[in-house]
Amino acid sequence: MIRKFTLLLALVSLFFSSTSRSALEIVITEGIDSARPIAIVPFKYEGTRVLPLNIAEIVAADLMRSGKFKPLKVEEMPQLPNSDDEVDYASWASVGAEAVLVGTIKDHSVDRFLVSFELIDVLRGQITGGTVQVLVEGKLVETKDHILDNRQVVIGESQFRRYAHRISDLAYEKLTGERGAFLTKIAYVTINHGEEYPYKLIVADYDGANEQVLLRSREPLMSPSWSPDGTKLSYVTFENSRSQIYVQDIYTGTRQLLTSYEGINGAPQWSPDGKKLALVLSKDGNPELYVLELTNKTLTRLTRHRAIDTEPSWSPDGKFIVFSSERGGNAQLYSVNLDTKRIKRLTFDGEMNLGGSITPDNNHLIMVNRTQGKYHIAKKELESGNFQILTKTRLDESPSIAPNGSMIIYSTMHGSGQVLALVSIDGRFKARLPAAKGQVKSPAWSPFLN
Amino acid sequence: MQFSKIKKGLLIAIPALALTACGSSSVVNDESAAAATNSATSAETSGAAQNAAAVEVATVEKAQTVEEMQQAKFEALRQEQTVYFDFDKSKVDAKYLELLQAHADYLIKNPNQTVMVEGHCDERGTPEYNIALGERRAKAVAQYLQNLGVMQSQISTVSYGEEKPVDLSRTQDGFAKNRRAVLVY
Repeated sequence: MIRKFTLLLALVSLFFSSTSRSALEIVITEGIDSARPIAIVPFKYEGTRVLPLNIAEIVAADLMRSGKFKPLKVEEMPQLPNSDDEVDYASWASVGAEAVLVGTIKDHSVDRFLVSFELIDVLRGQITGGTVQVLVEGKLVETKDHILDNRQVVIGESQFRRYAHRISDLAYEKLTGERGAFLTKIAYVTINHGEEYPYKLIVADYDGANEQVLLRSREPLMSPSWSPDGTKLSYVTFENSRSQIYVQDIYTGTRQLLTSYEGINGAPQWSPDGKKLALVLSKDGNPELYVLELTNKTLTRLTRHRAIDTEPSWSPDGKFIVFSSERGGNAQLYSVNLDTKRIKRLTFDGEMNLGGSITPDNNHLIMVNRTQGKYHIAKKELESGNFQILTKTRLDESPSIAPNGSMIIYSTMHGSGQVLALVSIDGRFKARLPAAKGQVKSPAWSPFLN
Repeated sequence: MQFSKIKKGLLIAIPALALTACGSSSVVNDESAAAATNSATSAETSGAAQNAAAVEVATVEKAQTVEEMQQAKFEALRQEQTVYFDFDKSKVDAKYLELLQAHADYLIKNPNQTVMVEGHCDERGTPEYNIALGERRAKAVAQYLQNLGVMQSQISTVSYGEEKPVDLSRTQDGFAKNRRAVLVY
């Protein structure tokens, strides 16, 4: 039933060689067979320069990694058209492609290129034969409603990768009705024991490209969390032999110390409006949840219990905070209403549930579940209570949800190393992001950045 | 870890130096020098030194008083600085009573000496939960020392959760080695 694919995208690292080497590659481990077939036809270049990278390959890789699409290989394509006029709808329908993306690139001015593309609904094109007449304000007008999107843009060499992800976002949204998350980033921590600075805080494109080190440290770094505008990260550092929470601007590098109380300063999480941080402090004896107002540094205590309370996560509307607590014996997930301060238990499944967060559509709670001593990423539908374990990997932790709710990135074990992995929200698509070297942990998916 | 190994090495080497009267005590810090005089009479440690040495030095055993014997034992115990815990637990096992008594004894006799208790966890569970659990372990050890008479002001704690494992194997043995509290002077 479950066909395992191990498809190494060697091409991914090739793209990057011209700009920056990627430390993460994506190995798809499960789920390609359930995806929808589409075609991303190589864009025709009508110019004389050397292109920085292959846009169609990046778009195809993006859409495949979403778990929802299965892009045809170039050798499987019945033809290589570059515009709608050249598309033979029937031949594409016969190979099962639902949609075809075609495009061209032309030289524009010095260092500038004109990129245009069309996204074509093959079945609609077959029905209408390419044009259809519709009544607009009492007149019959010819239209091509099988063209789902068509755009053109003038870009410089350095913008090719970004615009490729932009095309992926547009195509994904047209074909699924859901906003794409290909122009997002991930933050994570890498550990290389034996190096002078073993701990690094890193930000990369969601696919591992453009990896940039934000901080190197001799001591552990933990818990990166994105500001909702995507310009800052809060995190925990032990550089002063104690835990402290810092905020760092990812573009200017400016660092600001936020908390350095006695005991734990941990698990910072930005509120959806960006004005507050939820965090954990143990200054009053044991770990409790607090909210820190960023403008005036006012601290409000949310929990008061002798058991461990930790891992705050804001609900998308900012009205609740989900957290882990041992108040019921073993660790389970609870929520606290920020107005009434009322606390409600959310999970009852398995031996333990930790690291909870709510999906952007408010429908699901994502968590780390422990059942029979095994730690897996799990999902609970909030209305029905339906509970589903999504992963089969080992020692899973730190799940972080993509801003469109389509995917979860988390940290897990592969062989003897800690790596990042992806699982789609329905659990069908799974992929691994092995690092070139060292351990990788604490992934945090950025908000939408466009 | 490295530091404690070095100290162990000194503990073995110094009695031999003292007995052969090399007089190179200037390279030895106060704490180790104290350890040397206290354990020079210990048959076990000087025996180990002799085995390692190329020559065999004979000595006359000095009769030990009860107090001296305890000091020697405490010195040896203090070389052990790690207390291990059961999975998801922060209770200090009774078998660490002697070890912690040795550290308490030293801290009580040296009221200006401070100690940092580091709490650590194995890699199971989430990093944030393990930070909380590691703190509980560190505080359990700190409380234990206080109950033995050490001043609160001499003890500080820090939790590293699962961030600083000593064993990266992710086996049951590895996990057991990582669930620990370490006394760092």
